[in-house]
Amino acid sequence: MVTGQGRIRQAVRVWLPVGFFLVVALFPFYWMAITSIKPNAELYNRNVMPLIVHAPTLKHYVDLLTQSSFLLWTWNTMLVAVVATAISLILGTMLAYPLARMRFAGASLITMTIAAIYLVPQPLLFIPLADVINRLNLGNTLTSVILTYPTMLVPFCAWLLLGYFKTVPKELEEAARIDGASRLQTMWTIFLPLCTPGFISAGIFAFTLSQNEFLYALIFLTKSSVRTVPVGVIAELIRGDVFYWGQLMAGALLGSIPVALIYSFFVEHYVAGLTAGSVKA
Amino acid sequence: MTIASERLPVLAQAARRRVPLSVVLDRQSVFSWLMMALPLAFLAALVGYPFFYGILLSLEDRPVAHTGTFVGLKNFVTDAHDPIFWRAAINTFVYTGVATLLKMVGGLGLALAMNQHFRMKNLVRALLLLPFIVPTVLSTVAWLWMLDPAFSVVNRLLVTLGWPKPGPSWLGDPTLAMVSIIIINTWRGLPFYGITLLAGLQTVPAELYEAASIDGAGGWARFRFITLPLLRPIILIVTLFSVIFTFADFQLVYVLTHGGPANATQLFATYAFDIAMGAGQLGLGASVALAMLPALALLIVALTIYLRRE
Repeated sequence: MVTGQGRIRQAVRVWLPVGFFLVVALFPFYWMAITSIKPNAELYNRNVMPLIVHAPTLKHYVDLLTQSSFLLWTWNTMLVAVVATAISLILGTMLAYPLARMRFAGASLITMTIAAIYLVPQPLLFIPLADVINRLNLGNTLTSVILTYPTMLVPFCAWLLLGYFKTVPKELEEAARIDGASRLQTMWTIFLPLCTPGFISAGIFAFTLSQNEFLYALIFLTKSSVRTVPVGVIAELIRGDVFYWGQLMAGALLGSIPVALIYSFFVEHYVAGLTAGSVKA
Repeated sequence: MTIASERLPVLAQAARRRVPLSVVLDRQSVFSWLMMALPLAFLAALVGYPFFYGILLSLEDRPVAHTGTFVGLKNFVTDAHDPIFWRAAINTFVYTGVATLLKMVGGLGLALAMNQHFRMKNLVRALLLLPFIVPTVLSTVAWLWMLDPAFSVVNRLLVTLGWPKPGPSWLGDPTLAMVSIIIINTWRGLPFYGITLLAGLQTVPAELYEAASIDGAGGWARFRFITLPLLRPIILIVTLFSVIFTFADFQLVYVLTHGGPANATQLFATYAFDIAMGAGQLGLGASVALAMLPALALLIVALTIYLRRE
Protein backbone atom coordinates (compact mmCIF):
# COMPACT_ATOMS: atom_id res chain seq x y z
CA MET A 1 0.00 0.00 0.00
CA VAL A 2 1.30 3.44 -0.89
CA THR A 3 1.02 5.79 2.03
CA GLY A 4 1.26 9.56 1.78
CA GLN A 5 4.76 9.46 3.18
CA GLY A 6 5.77 6.66 0.84
CA ARG A 7 4.57 8.67 -2.09
CA ILE A 8 6.63 11.66 -1.04
CA ARG A 9 9.68 9.50 -0.56
CA GLN A 10 9.09 7.97 -4.00
CA ALA A 11 8.76 11.42 -5.58
CA VAL A 12 12.01 12.51 -3.95
CA ARG A 13 13.78 9.37 -5.16
CA VAL A 14 12.66 10.05 -8.73
CA TRP A 15 12.78 13.79 -9.02
CA LEU A 16 15.87 14.61 -7.00
CA PRO A 17 18.28 12.82 -9.36
CA VAL A 18 16.19 13.29 -12.51
CA GLY A 19 15.71 16.96 -11.71
CA PHE A 20 19.43 17.39 -11.21
CA PHE A 21 20.21 15.85 -14.59
CA LEU A 22 17.48 17.93 -16.24
CA VAL A 23 18.80 21.21 -14.82
CA VAL A 24 22.38 20.45 -15.86
CA ALA A 25 21.34 19.28 -19.34
CA LEU A 26 19.03 22.19 -20.07
CA PHE A 27 20.66 25.18 -18.38
CA PRO A 28 22.99 26.01 -21.31
CA PHE A 29 19.95 26.15 -23.61
CA TYR A 30 18.08 28.33 -21.15
CA TRP A 31 21.10 30.60 -20.99
CA MET A 32 21.32 30.68 -24.80
CA ALA A 33 17.65 31.64 -25.08
CA ILE A 34 17.71 34.24 -22.35
CA THR A 35 20.90 35.88 -23.62
CA SER A 36 19.45 36.20 -27.10
CA ILE A 37 16.54 38.36 -25.87
CA LYS A 38 18.43 40.56 -23.39
CA PRO A 39 19.36 44.09 -24.39
CA ASN A 40 23.11 44.81 -24.30
CA ALA A 41 22.60 47.14 -21.34
CA GLU A 42 21.56 44.10 -19.31
CA LEU A 43 24.03 41.64 -20.82
CA TYR A 44 27.10 43.61 -19.91
CA ASN A 45 25.96 44.96 -16.55
CA ARG A 46 27.30 43.01 -13.63
CA ASN A 47 24.84 44.50 -11.17
CA VAL A 48 21.73 43.09 -12.79
CA MET A 49 20.44 39.72 -11.62
CA PRO A 50 21.39 37.55 -14.65
CA LEU A 51 18.99 34.62 -14.52
CA ILE A 52 15.91 36.47 -15.77
CA VAL A 53 15.23 39.03 -18.48
CA HIS A 54 14.11 42.46 -17.35
CA ALA A 55 13.41 44.12 -20.68
CA PRO A 56 13.20 41.50 -23.45
CA THR A 57 14.07 42.59 -26.98
CA LEU A 58 14.28 40.96 -30.40
CA LYS A 59 17.04 43.30 -31.52
CA HIS A 60 19.71 40.57 -31.63
CA TYR A 61 17.54 38.47 -33.92
CA VAL A 62 16.87 41.41 -36.22
CA ASP A 63 20.59 42.23 -36.31
CA LEU A 64 21.49 38.61 -36.94
CA LEU A 65 19.11 38.27 -39.87
CA THR A 66 19.88 41.66 -41.42
CA GLN A 67 23.59 42.17 -40.75
CA SER A 68 24.96 38.65 -41.24
CA SER A 69 24.40 35.99 -43.89
CA PHE A 70 22.65 33.77 -41.37
CA LEU A 71 19.66 32.98 -43.60
CA LEU A 72 21.97 32.02 -46.44
CA TRP A 73 24.00 29.78 -44.11
CA THR A 74 20.77 28.14 -42.96
CA TRP A 75 19.78 27.48 -46.57
CA ASN A 76 23.24 26.06 -47.31
CA THR A 77 23.11 23.83 -44.24
CA MET A 78 19.66 22.51 -45.13
CA LEU A 79 20.56 21.90 -48.76
CA VAL A 80 23.77 20.06 -47.86
CA ALA A 81 22.10 18.03 -45.11
CA VAL A 82 19.16 16.97 -47.30
CA VAL A 83 21.27 16.03 -50.34
CA ALA A 84 23.97 14.30 -48.30
CA THR A 85 21.31 12.37 -46.37
CA ALA A 86 19.55 11.29 -49.58
CA ILE A 87 22.82 10.14 -51.17
CA SER A 88 23.80 8.29 -48.02
CA LEU A 89 20.45 6.52 -47.69
CA ILE A 90 20.59 5.35 -51.31
CA LEU A 91 24.21 4.20 -51.23
CA GLY A 92 23.74 2.75 -47.74
CA THR A 93 20.75 0.69 -48.94
CA MET A 94 22.75 -0.54 -51.92
CA LEU A 95 25.33 -1.90 -49.48
CA ALA A 96 23.00 -3.14 -46.77
CA TYR A 97 20.50 -5.10 -48.86
CA PRO A 98 22.93 -7.61 -50.40
CA LEU A 99 24.75 -7.94 -47.08
CA ALA A 100 21.49 -8.61 -45.22
CA ARG A 101 19.90 -10.99 -47.72
CA MET A 102 22.39 -12.56 -50.14
CA ARG A 103 24.96 -15.26 -49.54
CA PHE A 104 28.17 -14.63 -51.44
CA ALA A 105 31.90 -14.93 -50.92
CA GLY A 106 33.38 -11.89 -49.26
CA ALA A 107 30.18 -10.72 -47.57
CA SER A 108 31.58 -10.83 -44.06
CA LEU A 109 34.76 -9.07 -45.13
CA ILE A 110 32.72 -6.23 -46.63
CA THR A 111 30.56 -6.02 -43.50
CA MET A 112 33.63 -5.66 -41.31
CA THR A 113 35.19 -3.12 -43.64
CA ILE A 114 32.07 -0.98 -43.47
CA ALA A 115 31.99 -1.15 -39.68
CA ALA A 116 35.65 -0.17 -39.59
CA ILE A 117 35.16 2.76 -42.00
CA TYR A 118 32.26 3.98 -39.93
CA LEU A 119 34.58 4.18 -36.94
CA VAL A 120 37.35 6.11 -38.73
CA PRO A 121 37.09 9.63 -37.33
CA GLN A 122 37.40 12.66 -39.61
CA PRO A 123 40.60 14.09 -38.05
CA LEU A 124 42.43 11.10 -39.51
CA LEU A 125 41.36 12.01 -43.04
CA PHE A 126 40.91 15.77 -43.24
CA ILE A 127 44.40 16.75 -44.38
CA PRO A 128 44.61 14.41 -47.40
CA LEU A 129 40.94 15.12 -48.18
CA ALA A 130 41.62 18.85 -48.19
CA ASP A 131 44.28 18.26 -50.81
CA VAL A 132 41.97 16.04 -52.87
CA ILE A 133 39.22 18.68 -52.78
CA ASN A 134 41.71 21.34 -53.85
CA ARG A 135 42.94 19.27 -56.77
CA LEU A 136 39.35 18.68 -57.86
CA ASN A 137 38.85 22.45 -57.72
CA LEU A 138 35.92 22.01 -55.36
CA GLY A 139 37.12 24.42 -52.67
CA ASN A 140 34.38 26.88 -51.62
CA THR A 141 31.59 24.91 -53.27
CA LEU A 142 28.77 23.12 -51.50
CA THR A 143 29.67 20.10 -53.64
CA SER A 144 32.81 19.65 -51.55
CA VAL A 145 30.82 18.92 -48.39
CA ILE A 146 27.98 17.14 -50.20
CA LEU A 147 30.64 14.72 -51.47
CA THR A 148 32.56 14.33 -48.23
CA TYR A 149 29.76 14.07 -45.65
CA PRO A 150 28.60 10.75 -47.13
CA THR A 151 32.06 9.31 -46.40
CA MET A 152 30.93 9.08 -42.79
CA LEU A 153 27.17 8.81 -43.43
CA VAL A 154 27.19 5.92 -45.95
CA PRO A 155 28.91 3.41 -43.64
CA PHE A 156 26.70 4.64 -40.83
CA CYS A 157 23.43 4.25 -42.79
CA ALA A 158 24.58 0.90 -44.18
CA TRP A 159 25.32 -0.35 -40.69
CA LEU A 160 22.03 0.83 -39.21
CA LEU A 161 19.97 -0.42 -42.18
CA LEU A 162 21.75 -3.77 -42.18
CA GLY A 163 20.55 -4.32 -38.64
CA TYR A 164 17.04 -3.22 -39.55
CA PHE A 165 16.84 -5.26 -42.77
CA LYS A 166 17.70 -8.44 -40.88
CA THR A 167 14.62 -8.02 -38.68
CA VAL A 168 12.23 -7.93 -41.68
CA PRO A 169 10.74 -11.40 -42.33
CA LYS A 170 11.84 -13.03 -45.59
CA GLU A 171 8.55 -14.73 -46.52
CA LEU A 172 7.18 -11.96 -48.73
CA GLU A 173 10.36 -11.79 -50.76
CA GLU A 174 10.45 -15.57 -51.14
CA ALA A 175 6.87 -15.54 -52.38
CA ALA A 176 7.69 -12.82 -54.91
CA ARG A 177 10.69 -14.81 -56.13
CA ILE A 178 8.52 -17.91 -56.61
CA ASP A 179 6.11 -15.77 -58.60
CA GLY A 180 8.98 -14.97 -60.94
CA ALA A 181 10.05 -11.49 -59.83
CA SER A 182 13.73 -10.67 -60.38
CA ARG A 183 15.94 -9.84 -57.40
CA LEU A 184 15.85 -6.16 -58.26
CA GLN A 185 12.06 -6.15 -58.56
CA THR A 186 11.75 -8.02 -55.28
CA MET A 187 14.00 -5.56 -53.51
CA TRP A 188 12.39 -2.48 -55.00
CA THR A 189 8.68 -3.31 -54.93
CA ILE A 190 8.38 -5.80 -52.06
CA PHE A 191 11.22 -5.25 -49.64
CA LEU A 192 12.03 -1.55 -49.50
CA PRO A 193 8.45 -0.36 -48.81
CA LEU A 194 8.51 -2.53 -45.68
CA CYS A 195 11.52 -0.67 -44.34
CA THR A 196 10.19 2.86 -43.90
CA PRO A 197 10.88 2.91 -40.12
CA GLY A 198 14.48 1.92 -40.76
CA PHE A 199 14.87 4.68 -43.34
CA ILE A 200 13.39 7.24 -40.97
CA SER A 201 15.83 6.27 -38.19
CA ALA A 202 18.84 6.30 -40.50
CA GLY A 203 17.64 9.50 -42.19
CA ILE A 204 17.23 11.41 -38.93
CA PHE A 205 20.68 10.39 -37.78
CA ALA A 206 22.28 11.26 -41.09
CA PHE A 207 20.50 14.62 -41.15
CA THR A 208 21.53 15.40 -37.56
CA LEU A 209 25.14 14.39 -38.25
CA SER A 210 25.22 16.59 -41.37
CA GLN A 211 23.95 19.57 -39.40
CA ASN A 212 26.52 18.86 -36.71
CA GLU A 213 29.51 18.50 -39.05
CA PHE A 214 32.15 21.16 -38.55
CA LEU A 215 35.67 20.13 -39.53
CA TYR A 216 35.18 19.56 -43.27
CA ALA A 217 32.95 22.61 -43.56
CA LEU A 218 35.54 24.71 -41.73
CA ILE A 219 38.31 23.65 -44.08
CA PHE A 220 36.49 23.53 -47.42
CA LEU A 221 34.18 26.53 -47.05
CA THR A 222 36.02 29.79 -46.47
CA LYS A 223 33.71 32.19 -48.29
CA SER A 224 30.73 33.59 -46.42
CA SER A 225 28.30 32.82 -49.25
CA VAL A 226 28.90 29.05 -49.09
CA ARG A 227 29.25 28.59 -45.35
CA THR A 228 27.07 26.38 -43.17
CA VAL A 229 25.60 27.60 -39.87
CA PRO A 230 28.21 26.15 -37.47
CA VAL A 231 31.13 27.52 -39.50
CA GLY A 232 29.43 30.86 -40.19
CA VAL A 233 28.64 31.37 -36.52
CA ILE A 234 32.19 30.58 -35.40
CA ALA A 235 34.01 32.36 -38.20
CA GLU A 236 31.92 35.49 -38.62
CA LEU A 237 29.89 36.18 -35.50
CA ILE A 238 32.94 36.03 -33.26
CA ARG A 239 34.85 39.10 -34.40
CA GLY A 240 38.28 39.49 -32.91
CA ASP A 241 38.17 40.05 -29.18
CA VAL A 242 34.75 41.66 -29.19
CA PHE A 243 31.96 39.18 -28.78
CA TYR A 244 28.50 39.90 -30.00
CA TRP A 245 26.99 37.55 -27.46
CA GLY A 246 23.37 38.47 -28.08
CA GLN A 247 23.67 37.77 -31.80
CA LEU A 248 25.83 34.71 -31.21
CA MET A 249 23.29 33.17 -28.88
CA ALA A 250 20.44 34.06 -31.24
CA GLY A 251 22.38 32.30 -34.02
CA ALA A 252 23.15 29.28 -31.87
CA LEU A 253 19.50 28.97 -30.87
CA LEU A 254 18.11 29.37 -34.40
CA GLY A 255 20.75 26.96 -35.71
CA SER A 256 19.68 24.33 -33.19
CA ILE A 257 15.97 24.58 -33.97
CA PRO A 258 15.82 22.50 -37.19
CA VAL A 259 17.54 19.54 -35.54
CA ALA A 260 15.50 19.89 -32.37
CA LEU A 261 12.23 20.07 -34.36
CA ILE A 262 12.94 17.00 -36.46
CA TYR A 263 14.14 15.21 -33.37
CA SER A 264 10.96 16.04 -31.43
CA PHE A 265 8.78 14.58 -34.19
CA PHE A 266 10.75 11.37 -34.44
CA VAL A 267 12.12 10.98 -30.93
CA GLU A 268 11.01 7.34 -30.67
CA HIS A 269 12.77 6.45 -33.92
CA TYR A 270 15.82 8.29 -32.71
CA VAL A 271 15.98 6.45 -29.41
CA ALA A 272 15.33 3.15 -31.21
CA GLY A 273 18.19 3.84 -33.60
CA LEU A 274 20.46 4.98 -30.81
CA THR A 275 19.98 1.80 -28.89
CA ALA A 276 19.64 -0.59 -31.85
CA GLY A 277 23.32 -1.40 -32.11
CA SER A 278 23.97 -2.00 -28.48
CA VAL A 279 20.84 -3.54 -27.02
CA LYS A 280 20.89 -6.51 -29.34
CA ALA A 281 24.32 -7.58 -28.15
CA MET B 1 22.32 -31.90 -64.33
CA THR B 2 25.83 -32.14 -62.91
CA ILE B 3 26.35 -35.62 -64.24
CA ALA B 4 25.09 -34.68 -67.67
CA SER B 5 27.35 -31.67 -67.95
CA GLU B 6 30.35 -33.72 -66.89
CA ARG B 7 29.69 -36.25 -69.61
CA LEU B 8 28.88 -33.76 -72.31
CA PRO B 9 31.19 -30.79 -71.72
CA VAL B 10 30.71 -29.38 -75.19
CA LEU B 11 26.96 -29.37 -75.01
CA ALA B 12 27.07 -27.92 -71.52
CA GLN B 13 29.23 -25.05 -72.66
CA ALA B 14 26.82 -24.30 -75.44
CA ALA B 15 24.00 -24.36 -72.93
CA ARG B 16 25.88 -22.03 -70.58
CA ARG B 17 26.44 -19.56 -73.38
CA ARG B 18 22.72 -19.42 -73.89
CA VAL B 19 21.95 -18.56 -70.26
CA PRO B 20 19.95 -15.34 -70.55
CA LEU B 21 21.39 -12.19 -69.02
CA SER B 22 18.47 -11.86 -66.64
CA VAL B 23 19.34 -15.22 -65.08
CA VAL B 24 22.99 -14.26 -64.67
CA LEU B 25 22.02 -10.97 -63.08
CA ASP B 26 19.79 -12.84 -60.66
CA ARG B 27 22.64 -14.91 -59.26
CA GLN B 28 23.21 -13.89 -55.65
CA SER B 29 26.89 -13.02 -56.11
CA VAL B 30 26.40 -11.12 -59.39
CA PHE B 31 23.43 -9.18 -58.05
CA SER B 32 25.25 -8.38 -54.80
CA TRP B 33 28.47 -7.11 -56.35
CA LEU B 34 26.65 -5.08 -58.99
CA MET B 35 24.51 -3.52 -56.29
CA MET B 36 27.46 -2.73 -54.06
CA ALA B 37 29.80 -1.55 -56.82
CA LEU B 38 28.83 2.12 -56.72
CA PRO B 39 28.94 2.64 -52.93
CA LEU B 40 32.14 0.63 -52.65
CA ALA B 41 33.78 2.66 -55.40
CA PHE B 42 32.66 5.83 -53.63
CA LEU B 43 34.15 4.72 -50.31
CA ALA B 44 37.35 3.56 -51.99
CA ALA B 45 37.75 6.96 -53.68
CA LEU B 46 36.93 9.19 -50.71
CA VAL B 47 37.98 7.12 -47.70
CA GLY B 48 40.41 4.47 -48.95
CA TYR B 49 42.42 6.72 -51.23
CA PRO B 50 42.72 9.66 -48.78
CA PHE B 51 43.74 7.24 -46.05
CA PHE B 52 46.73 5.92 -47.99
CA TYR B 53 47.45 9.31 -49.48
CA GLY B 54 47.62 10.63 -45.89
CA ILE B 55 50.27 8.06 -45.08
CA LEU B 56 52.23 9.15 -48.15
CA LEU B 57 51.84 12.83 -47.17
CA SER B 58 53.22 12.12 -43.71
CA LEU B 59 56.44 10.98 -45.39
CA GLU B 60 56.78 14.18 -47.41
CA ASP B 61 57.86 17.72 -46.81
CA ARG B 62 54.78 19.27 -48.31
CA PRO B 63 54.07 22.99 -47.85
CA VAL B 64 50.57 23.93 -48.98
CA ALA B 65 50.32 24.78 -52.73
CA HIS B 66 53.75 23.26 -53.42
CA THR B 67 54.79 19.84 -54.62
CA GLY B 68 56.05 17.51 -51.95
CA THR B 69 59.50 15.98 -51.54
CA PHE B 70 59.94 12.58 -49.99
CA VAL B 71 61.70 12.83 -46.64
CA GLY B 72 61.10 9.42 -45.12
CA LEU B 73 60.34 9.45 -41.40
CA LYS B 74 61.69 12.97 -40.85
CA ASN B 75 58.26 14.35 -39.90
CA PHE B 76 57.83 11.72 -37.22
CA VAL B 77 61.30 12.48 -35.87
CA THR B 78 60.33 16.16 -35.74
CA ASP B 79 57.17 15.19 -33.81
CA ALA B 80 59.18 13.09 -31.38
CA HIS B 81 61.34 16.13 -30.55
CA ASP B 82 58.40 18.51 -30.31
CA PRO B 83 57.29 19.14 -26.70
CA ILE B 84 53.89 20.42 -27.91
CA PHE B 85 53.34 17.13 -29.70
CA TRP B 86 53.88 15.25 -26.44
CA ARG B 87 51.70 17.71 -24.61
CA ALA B 88 48.95 17.04 -27.15
CA ALA B 89 49.45 13.29 -26.76
CA ILE B 90 49.16 13.41 -22.97
CA ASN B 91 46.20 15.80 -23.17
CA THR B 92 44.39 13.51 -25.59
CA PHE B 93 44.76 10.52 -23.29
CA VAL B 94 43.78 12.48 -20.17
CA TYR B 95 40.80 14.07 -21.94
CA THR B 96 39.60 10.72 -23.27
CA GLY B 97 40.20 8.81 -20.05
CA VAL B 98 38.65 11.23 -17.59
CA ALA B 99 35.70 12.22 -19.79
CA THR B 100 34.91 8.58 -20.56
CA LEU B 101 34.97 7.64 -16.88
CA LEU B 102 32.69 10.55 -15.98
CA LYS B 103 30.27 9.74 -18.79
CA MET B 104 30.18 6.08 -17.86
CA VAL B 105 29.52 6.64 -14.14
CA GLY B 106 27.17 9.57 -14.72
CA GLY B 107 25.38 7.76 -17.54
CA LEU B 108 24.81 4.74 -15.32
CA GLY B 109 23.44 7.05 -12.62
CA LEU B 110 21.14 8.71 -15.14
CA ALA B 111 19.93 5.35 -16.43
CA LEU B 112 19.20 4.08 -12.90
CA ALA B 113 17.36 7.30 -12.02
CA MET B 114 15.31 7.08 -15.21
CA ASN B 115 14.55 3.39 -14.72
CA GLN B 116 11.78 4.15 -12.21
CA HIS B 117 8.09 4.66 -12.79
CA PHE B 118 7.09 8.29 -13.06
CA ARG B 119 4.93 10.56 -15.15
CA MET B 120 6.17 12.37 -18.27
CA LYS B 121 9.06 9.93 -18.57
CA ASN B 122 9.15 10.14 -22.37
CA LEU B 123 9.22 13.92 -22.28
CA VAL B 124 12.04 13.89 -19.73
CA ARG B 125 14.00 11.41 -21.83
CA ALA B 126 13.57 13.58 -24.92
CA LEU B 127 14.74 16.69 -23.06
CA LEU B 128 17.73 14.91 -21.55
CA LEU B 129 18.97 13.94 -25.00
CA LEU B 130 19.06 17.55 -26.21
CA PRO B 131 22.75 18.16 -25.39
CA PHE B 132 23.62 15.16 -27.53
CA ILE B 133 21.61 16.11 -30.60
CA VAL B 134 22.14 19.88 -30.82
CA PRO B 135 25.11 20.71 -33.09
CA THR B 136 28.19 20.60 -30.85
CA VAL B 137 29.60 23.85 -32.13
CA LEU B 138 26.45 25.76 -31.23
CA SER B 139 26.12 24.39 -27.70
CA THR B 140 29.84 24.90 -27.15
CA VAL B 141 29.44 28.58 -28.05
CA ALA B 142 26.86 28.79 -25.25
CA TRP B 143 29.43 27.30 -22.86
CA LEU B 144 32.04 29.74 -24.11
CA TRP B 145 29.71 32.52 -23.05
CA MET B 146 28.86 30.83 -19.75
CA LEU B 147 32.60 30.70 -18.95
CA ASP B 148 33.36 34.20 -20.30
CA PRO B 149 36.18 35.86 -18.31
CA ALA B 150 34.15 39.00 -17.58
CA PHE B 151 30.52 37.92 -17.54
CA SER B 152 30.55 34.21 -16.70
CA VAL B 153 27.18 33.22 -15.26
CA VAL B 154 28.85 30.21 -13.63
CA ASN B 155 31.21 32.51 -11.74
CA ARG B 156 28.43 34.87 -10.77
CA LEU B 157 26.59 31.94 -9.22
CA LEU B 158 29.77 30.76 -7.48
CA VAL B 159 30.44 34.25 -6.10
CA THR B 160 26.86 34.44 -4.83
CA LEU B 161 27.52 31.15 -3.05
CA GLY B 162 30.57 32.67 -1.36
CA TRP B 163 33.45 32.01 -3.76
CA PRO B 164 36.02 34.85 -3.61
CA LYS B 165 35.65 37.35 -6.47
CA PRO B 166 36.09 37.24 -9.44
CA GLY B 167 35.84 33.43 -9.47
CA PRO B 168 37.97 30.90 -11.35
CA SER B 169 39.42 31.76 -14.76
CA TRP B 170 37.99 28.73 -16.54
CA LEU B 171 39.57 29.11 -19.93
CA GLY B 172 42.59 31.21 -18.94
CA ASP B 173 44.16 28.81 -16.46
CA PRO B 174 45.86 25.77 -18.08
CA THR B 175 44.50 23.21 -15.61
CA LEU B 176 41.02 24.72 -15.45
CA ALA B 177 40.87 24.89 -19.26
CA MET B 178 41.47 21.14 -19.36
CA VAL B 179 38.82 20.67 -16.66
CA SER B 180 36.41 22.80 -18.70
CA ILE B 181 36.74 20.85 -21.94
CA ILE B 182 36.35 17.58 -20.01
CA ILE B 183 33.21 18.83 -18.26
CA ILE B 184 31.63 20.06 -21.48
CA ASN B 185 32.47 16.85 -23.33
CA THR B 186 30.86 14.96 -20.46
CA TRP B 187 27.81 17.23 -20.53
CA ARG B 188 27.34 16.49 -24.21
CA GLY B 189 28.06 12.76 -24.18
CA LEU B 190 26.45 11.67 -20.92
CA PRO B 191 22.87 11.47 -22.29
CA PHE B 192 24.06 9.05 -24.97
CA TYR B 193 25.38 6.72 -22.28
CA GLY B 194 22.35 7.27 -20.08
CA ILE B 195 19.67 6.58 -22.68
CA THR B 196 21.49 3.61 -24.18
CA LEU B 197 22.06 2.06 -20.79
CA LEU B 198 18.45 2.78 -19.87
CA ALA B 199 17.33 0.76 -22.88
CA GLY B 200 19.59 -2.01 -21.61
CA LEU B 201 18.20 -1.81 -18.08
CA GLN B 202 14.69 -2.19 -19.40
CA THR B 203 15.59 -5.59 -20.86
CA VAL B 204 16.63 -6.95 -17.45
CA PRO B 205 13.80 -9.28 -16.34
CA ALA B 206 12.09 -8.08 -13.15
CA GLU B 207 11.91 -11.68 -11.88
CA LEU B 208 15.68 -11.70 -11.41
CA TYR B 209 15.45 -8.83 -8.94
CA GLU B 210 12.47 -10.39 -7.19
CA ALA B 211 14.24 -13.72 -6.82
CA ALA B 212 17.35 -12.00 -5.49
CA SER B 213 15.29 -9.97 -3.00
CA ILE B 214 13.65 -13.15 -1.71
CA ASP B 215 17.12 -14.62 -1.24
CA GLY B 216 17.93 -11.60 0.89
CA ALA B 217 20.05 -9.55 -1.54
CA GLY B 218 20.17 -5.83 -0.75
CA GLY B 219 20.12 -2.95 -3.23
CA TRP B 220 23.88 -2.93 -3.76
CA ALA B 221 24.09 -6.70 -4.16
CA ARG B 222 21.30 -6.66 -6.75
CA PHE B 223 23.10 -3.93 -8.66
CA ARG B 224 26.47 -5.62 -8.39
CA PHE B 225 25.41 -9.17 -9.25
CA ILE B 226 22.44 -8.67 -11.60
CA THR B 227 22.43 -5.23 -13.20
CA LEU B 228 26.14 -4.83 -13.88
CA PRO B 229 26.81 -8.28 -15.39
CA LEU B 230 23.76 -8.01 -17.67
CA LEU B 231 24.69 -4.50 -18.76
CA ARG B 232 28.32 -5.36 -19.42
CA PRO B 233 28.03 -5.90 -23.20
CA ILE B 234 26.17 -2.60 -23.67
CA ILE B 235 28.58 -0.69 -21.44
CA LEU B 236 31.45 -2.12 -23.45
CA ILE B 237 30.05 -1.11 -26.84
CA VAL B 238 28.94 2.35 -25.78
CA THR B 239 32.29 2.99 -24.16
CA LEU B 240 34.32 1.85 -27.16
CA PHE B 241 32.21 4.05 -29.45
CA SER B 242 32.57 7.07 -27.25
CA VAL B 243 36.29 6.53 -26.64
CA ILE B 244 36.96 6.53 -30.38
CA PHE B 245 35.13 9.78 -30.98
CA THR B 246 36.43 11.48 -27.83
CA PHE B 247 39.98 10.50 -28.70
CA ALA B 248 39.64 12.18 -32.10
CA ASP B 249 37.61 15.16 -30.87
CA PHE B 250 38.16 18.45 -32.61
CA GLN B 251 35.15 20.79 -32.61
CA LEU B 252 34.71 21.29 -28.91
CA VAL B 253 38.31 22.25 -28.24
CA TYR B 254 38.63 24.31 -31.40
CA VAL B 255 35.65 26.45 -30.41
CA LEU B 256 36.33 26.70 -26.70
CA THR B 257 40.09 27.19 -26.40
CA HIS B 258 41.73 26.70 -29.82
CA GLY B 259 44.09 24.40 -27.92
CA GLY B 260 45.13 27.19 -25.57
CA PRO B 261 46.10 28.71 -23.26
CA ALA B 262 49.67 28.02 -24.41
CA ASN B 263 48.76 24.58 -25.83
CA ALA B 264 47.37 23.43 -22.47
CA THR B 265 44.32 21.87 -24.16
CA GLN B 266 45.93 20.96 -27.48
CA LEU B 267 44.74 17.53 -28.70
CA PHE B 268 46.09 15.45 -31.58
CA ALA B 269 43.31 16.65 -33.87
CA THR B 270 43.59 20.36 -33.04
CA TYR B 271 47.38 20.29 -33.24
CA ALA B 272 47.30 18.53 -36.60
CA PHE B 273 44.84 21.18 -37.77
CA ASP B 274 47.09 24.02 -36.55
CA ILE B 275 50.14 22.64 -38.34
CA ALA B 276 48.38 21.68 -41.58
CA MET B 277 45.84 24.50 -41.97
CA GLY B 278 47.45 27.23 -39.86
CA ALA B 279 51.12 26.80 -40.72
CA GLY B 280 50.42 25.15 -44.09
CA GLN B 281 52.66 22.14 -43.42
CA LEU B 282 50.50 19.36 -44.84
CA GLY B 283 53.15 16.65 -44.44
CA LEU B 284 53.97 17.40 -40.82
CA GLY B 285 50.26 17.84 -40.02
CA ALA B 286 49.47 14.47 -41.58
CA SER B 287 52.14 12.88 -39.40
CA VAL B 288 50.54 14.33 -36.25
CA ALA B 289 47.10 13.07 -37.34
CA LEU B 290 48.57 9.64 -38.09
CA ALA B 291 50.04 9.49 -34.60
CA MET B 292 46.44 8.81 -33.52
CA LEU B 293 46.31 5.73 -35.72
CA PRO B 294 47.89 3.04 -33.48
CA ALA B 295 45.55 3.68 -30.56
CA LEU B 296 42.55 4.21 -32.85
CA ALA B 297 43.30 1.10 -34.91
CA LEU B 298 43.41 -0.98 -31.75
CA LEU B 299 40.02 0.37 -30.64
CA ILE B 300 38.45 0.06 -34.08
CA VAL B 301 39.60 -3.53 -34.54
CA ALA B 302 38.36 -4.43 -31.05
CA LEU B 303 34.97 -2.89 -31.65
CA THR B 304 34.61 -4.29 -35.18
CA ILE B 305 35.33 -7.81 -33.96
CA TYR B 306 32.94 -7.35 -31.07
CA LEU B 307 30.15 -5.98 -33.29
CA ARG B 308 30.62 -8.87 -35.68
CA ARG B 309 30.29 -11.43 -32.92
CA GLU B 310 26.70 -10.30 -32.57
